[in-house]
Amino acid sequence: MSENNKDDFRIKTRKWLEKNCPMSMRGKTDDIKELFWGGENTSFTSEDQKKWFEAMYHKGWIAPQWEQKYGGGGLSILENKILLQEMSRLKCKQPLISFGISMLGPALLKFGNENQKDKYLNEITNGKIRWAQGYSEPNAGSDLAGLQCKAEDKGDHYLINGSKIWTSYGDMGDWIFCLVRTDFEVKKQMGISFLLIDMKSEGVMTRAIKLISGKSPFTETFFDNVKVPKENLVGELNKGWTIAKYLLTHERQMIGGMGGDDEKFNPREIALESFDLKDGILPNPILRNELSEYEMDDKIFSMTIERAIDEAKAGNESGAASSLFKYYGTELNQQRMELIMSLTGSSELIMDSEKNKNGYIAAKFLRSKGNTIEGGTSEVQLNIISKNILGLPTK
Amino acid sequence: MALVLNEEQQLLKESVKDFLDNKAPVSALRKLRDENISDYDDTLWSEMIEMGLTSLTINEEFGGLEFGYVALGQVLEQTGRNLSVSPMISTVLMSTTFINVLGNVFQKNKYLPEIAKGNIKICLAHQETSHFNIKDINTKLKVDGDSYVLNGEKHFVIDAGISDYIIVLAKFETESNYIGVILRSNSDGIKINISRLLDDRKVGDITFKNVKIEKESVIEINDFKLLERVFDISSIGLSCEMLGVSLEAFDKTLAYLKDRQQFGVTIGTFQALQHRAAKMFIELELCKSVVIKGLKAIDSDLSNLNEIASLAKAKLGRTIKLITNEAIQMHGGIGMTDDIDIGFYIKRARVLQQTLGDYNYHLTRYAEISGY
Repeated sequence: MSENNKDDFRIKTRKWLEKNCPMSMRGKTDDIKELFWGGENTSFTSEDQKKWFEAMYHKGWIAPQWEQKYGGGGLSILENKILLQEMSRLKCKQPLISFGISMLGPALLKFGNENQKDKYLNEITNGKIRWAQGYSEPNAGSDLAGLQCKAEDKGDHYLINGSKIWTSYGDMGDWIFCLVRTDFEVKKQMGISFLLIDMKSEGVMTRAIKLISGKSPFTETFFDNVKVPKENLVGELNKGWTIAKYLLTHERQMIGGMGGDDEKFNPREIALESFDLKDGILPNPILRNELSEYEMDDKIFSMTIERAIDEAKAGNESGAASSLFKYYGTELNQQRMELIMSLTGSSELIMDSEKNKNGYIAAKFLRSKGNTIEGGTSEVQLNIISKNILGLPTK
Repeated sequence: MALVLNEEQQLLKESVKDFLDNKAPVSALRKLRDENISDYDDTLWSEMIEMGLTSLTINEEFGGLEFGYVALGQVLEQTGRNLSVSPMISTVLMSTTFINVLGNVFQKNKYLPEIAKGNIKICLAHQETSHFNIKDINTKLKVDGDSYVLNGEKHFVIDAGISDYIIVLAKFETESNYIGVILRSNSDGIKINISRLLDDRKVGDITFKNVKIEKESVIEINDFKLLERVFDISSIGLSCEMLGVSLEAFDKTLAYLKDRQQFGVTIGTFQALQHRAAKMFIELELCKSVVIKGLKAIDSDLSNLNEIASLAKAKLGRTIKLITNEAIQMHGGIGMTDDIDIGFYIKRARVLQQTLGDYNYHLTRYAEISGY
């Protein structure tokens, strides 16, 4: 893309967004639950939200880089980057939040057959189907490959029995993509398959899990003699682990990048609101040190993301980067929330006052503890780095 | 401003690596120390000059290659990996930068071509106490007829014993403005006392007693920000060397983890060591980012160079300490012996940490710059 074409695309995009993004669909989002998630169990919360989604859908910008036949926009990496920059400049809200776009889509595009791509990708982009993820099980957390939820071959269908845990918004999902055991006799990674399951099928049940933050963003999902057509298998039988690893890479990048640019939770601003400076210096030297140390690591982490993008553009991609970002991004986010709790003192411990949105920060603080567990614990990421990048022996 | 090297810079990095791996490995430093005849290897220095390493940051109009600081940074990273001893830090990084940023056309014409050709070595005398602090300067220049006289004391001057010229950071007796004074190191009234450092390199304490200074030798510094720029650039340059030291100490340690057998297994199989190694790897990746950001910020003239420089020197200071400590610990008893090279790395590290301000200095400065 030449510089001229780039500028041209940017100007056109900016104009289009300015015209089509309603004012109420711009600005900060306090809670991602306010956004449109699609699916049969959700509806638009406002006329503007509907207008914004439909405009973006018809433009192909719900999944800008997917091919147009799947409801995408066929944009190049660079065009997509410009679009994202322009959206963030106008503070446009995301028109659709979807695990279908961020997780299942990439898996189908890489491993699915033509029928599956035609059928499922379009229903993701048009917001009809909301997807949930079924990976972890009560006894398969860090040891994900040890999963036991089984799919038996019954001739024209698979019969599913078992359960999944930590399904994000499982109670709101229409379909779920699952890792299931299809062979118990082989090495555990070699007997896993990737299956698409309609959550309206008989025998599927969900139960909400209440977290320490008081919120319930996850469910447990039970499968009791659930019949699934054989055509719902993605990729080859017993090759699901490859797809799982591919998707986990996406998930890690997503979790690692969470919360980093949330202006509201800028510890420096909170420090300056909470304390009066003495001769231009924060009065508590230990807090000042903690803050500057956090900022040092945060700024250099951002530079590292910037460098990884530049390296990728120059063709020097390193596959292990996702573990690094997942590990460091989540540890940093926890450090930030701890720092904010220190800086705000007792004021954010109050849970029933409108003044602090009923303990909004405390809830975020508690939620951040999950960041170093979900999507592979910090310890699992360090294992991956030591084995795959550093080449340290396992035996 | 992409945070990657271009082809030219990548080539330079590789050729300098080959060259130093060959000509100036750690065994060369060991030899310098044990023989204790000279402060550095003159043959090596001549070859470095021939390769153009003294002229990387000097503009073409003054006889330089004008490759910029990204290029110089690649060289310093390699001298860090090999612990190569040469006047690169004193002459090419600090003094050349001082003249690049603050010198007038006359001074640039006089000194830069000579540095580029390798005809002169210059050291920078700024520090007056045991800690880096350019805000507290007591070396004074006094008017004396048509010229001046200089009085004061400087400490921890890198390469003071081998330099042809000294740049002295001073103030006029009656003014608060800073000035630089550039003078021959054998001028009357200069006394240099050489010491050997922890890392087997040499520094000097210099006393100036009524040293006569000509007007043309005075470098006027009208803007304190420009003086800071000299030290910010130098801090980023040192961070490059610190990155090289850290990377090599880590590589050596990783190789040892894969080799050493205890309890009937390779010690690298122990998760207690694996996770620490993985964390060091992550810290090093962050260090690479802030270092390349710093180098690019110099060449692209970014306005927040002071912030980036302090972030770099602080981060590298903390990481080099972590890595050299872990290097010794993970090597175990053998790491405490002079027989293997790892000890040279922790010794160089501690000197680099203190040079131009350590972790505490730069993190505090970062907080000040950030307005808290």
